[in-house]
Amino acid sequence: MRRRSEPGVPLPLLVPAVLAVAFLVLPLAGLVLRTPWAELGPQLTSPAVGQALRLSLVSATAATALSLVLGVPLAWVLARSRARGRSVLRALVTVPLVLPPVVGGVALFLVLGRQGLVGRWLDQALDVTIPFTTTAVVIAETFVAMPFLVISVEGALRAADARFEDAAATLGADRWTTFRRVTLPLVAPGIAAGAVLCWARALGEFGATITFAGNFPGTTQTMPLAVYLALQQDPDAAIVLSLVLLAVSVATLLLLRDRWLTRAVR
Amino acid sequence: MSRRALLGTALVLVLVLAGCGGSAGGSATAPSDGPAEPGGTLTVFAAASLTDVFPGLGEQLEADHPGLDVRFTFAGSSALATQVAQGAPADVFASANESQMAVVTEAGLADGEPQVFAANVLQIAVPAGNPAGVTGLADLAREELTIAVCAPQVPCGAAAEDVFAAAGLEAAPDTLEEDVRAALTKVELGEVDAALVYTTDVTAAGDAVEGIDVPQAERAVNDYPIAVLADAPNPQAAAAFVELVRSDQGQQALADAGFRTP
Repeated sequence: MRRRSEPGVPLPLLVPAVLAVAFLVLPLAGLVLRTPWAELGPQLTSPAVGQALRLSLVSATAATALSLVLGVPLAWVLARSRARGRSVLRALVTVPLVLPPVVGGVALFLVLGRQGLVGRWLDQALDVTIPFTTTAVVIAETFVAMPFLVISVEGALRAADARFEDAAATLGADRWTTFRRVTLPLVAPGIAAGAVLCWARALGEFGATITFAGNFPGTTQTMPLAVYLALQQDPDAAIVLSLVLLAVSVATLLLLRDRWLTRAVR
Repeated sequence: MSRRALLGTALVLVLVLAGCGGSAGGSATAPSDGPAEPGGTLTVFAAASLTDVFPGLGEQLEADHPGLDVRFTFAGSSALATQVAQGAPADVFASANESQMAVVTEAGLADGEPQVFAANVLQIAVPAGNPAGVTGLADLAREELTIAVCAPQVPCGAAAEDVFAAAGLEAAPDTLEEDVRAALTKVELGEVDAALVYTTDVTAAGDAVEGIDVPQAERAVNDYPIAVLADAPNPQAAAAFVELVRSDQGQQALADAGFRTP
């Protein structure tokens, strides 16, 4: 790749770039400008908001943890294994990226619902029902968010210098040891970036959650659901809730960026 | 990507953006053919419970007035009322209760007085075969059953609260659904043991769902008002649609779907 040293941005790029910034930032500015600040205090301290926010943070974090445990090995298989049909596999696991989340929620019902393929058995044999529980929220969020992690980690694995792994192999390390001691540290920044992306997507999840997990305060009503329902009755409350969600996500991303992401960018 | 390709992409984007701006301005003002015949596009915002009745009436209106294109948005009345208040370009609003219509009329967004055109009562919907053996409202207070009720923000949820209060029962829902059709879907899928929906939804669901009457539901009958909106882009067609809904033909279609007619 050649790097050009000439300063400045060419006009044909500058104009659309400025438009893009305006397009992305103006709605957020509108949210801040329209915030009824007088209502901020009462809303923030209301137990319902705290409950929804706590549930959102807990379930997004659990979904990210689940995605890490399952998604990193999957990314390794996609990037490193020589198995046939990898491109088909990659296409399959990234389907949730393009699937409307509501459709994802219905699909989850058909598999994990009480009448679903697996859910029916869970219900009858183990007396476990998943829909309308916090577990269902985590599953819905994982379904939608894990592909983001898999794609990021696979990219990092492909970009990582395979010679380190080859060297470890010639020194007698088996593939598991190589993965653990060489590959993982090598792609750690990529995993961190993928995890943040995954967490952010899980935090904002709406469609699959309201479909598969339902909406009940304390168990399944996450912040996006609370915002949606508040909008129907009290738009001001919805704006305040949105602002809280926005502030929490931006703060979390900034915090993580200082810790990890700057390393990923380098 | 080469520099040339990037430039090309950027140009296309700018053109697309410019194009969007132009066409959005153009299509917002629907063409009206003078005072004679309703034409153009008619946009009707209607409560989710009207999903199975209004499209038939829309087709009827299209047949009566060639050149007219009737479009529907079905959702929870409160979501629709919010959209109207935010300036959605709708011509007609049909709400599942008076209080969501009041959101629109109090903002001065309705043209004239809303007219009540139908009424609906709640009924318990259970999956075919009633696997949980639900017999009445008291079963909806049992923790061990999986129950769906509408969220209190939407009309069917507000009515449900009234029904439970009238019966002196503490409901034990597992989910508060965003509109009545979402609650019905959970019953159709067999994912809940029972849901409190409208009688008309039980009728619409056919064999997949069984209905159980709730005597207390008579204490919370929802009246459905309809109004032409003050900012309607197509007021003529809007008036024609409201007239059709209130005509004998419209009332018969509503009655066939299980609505009560005034």
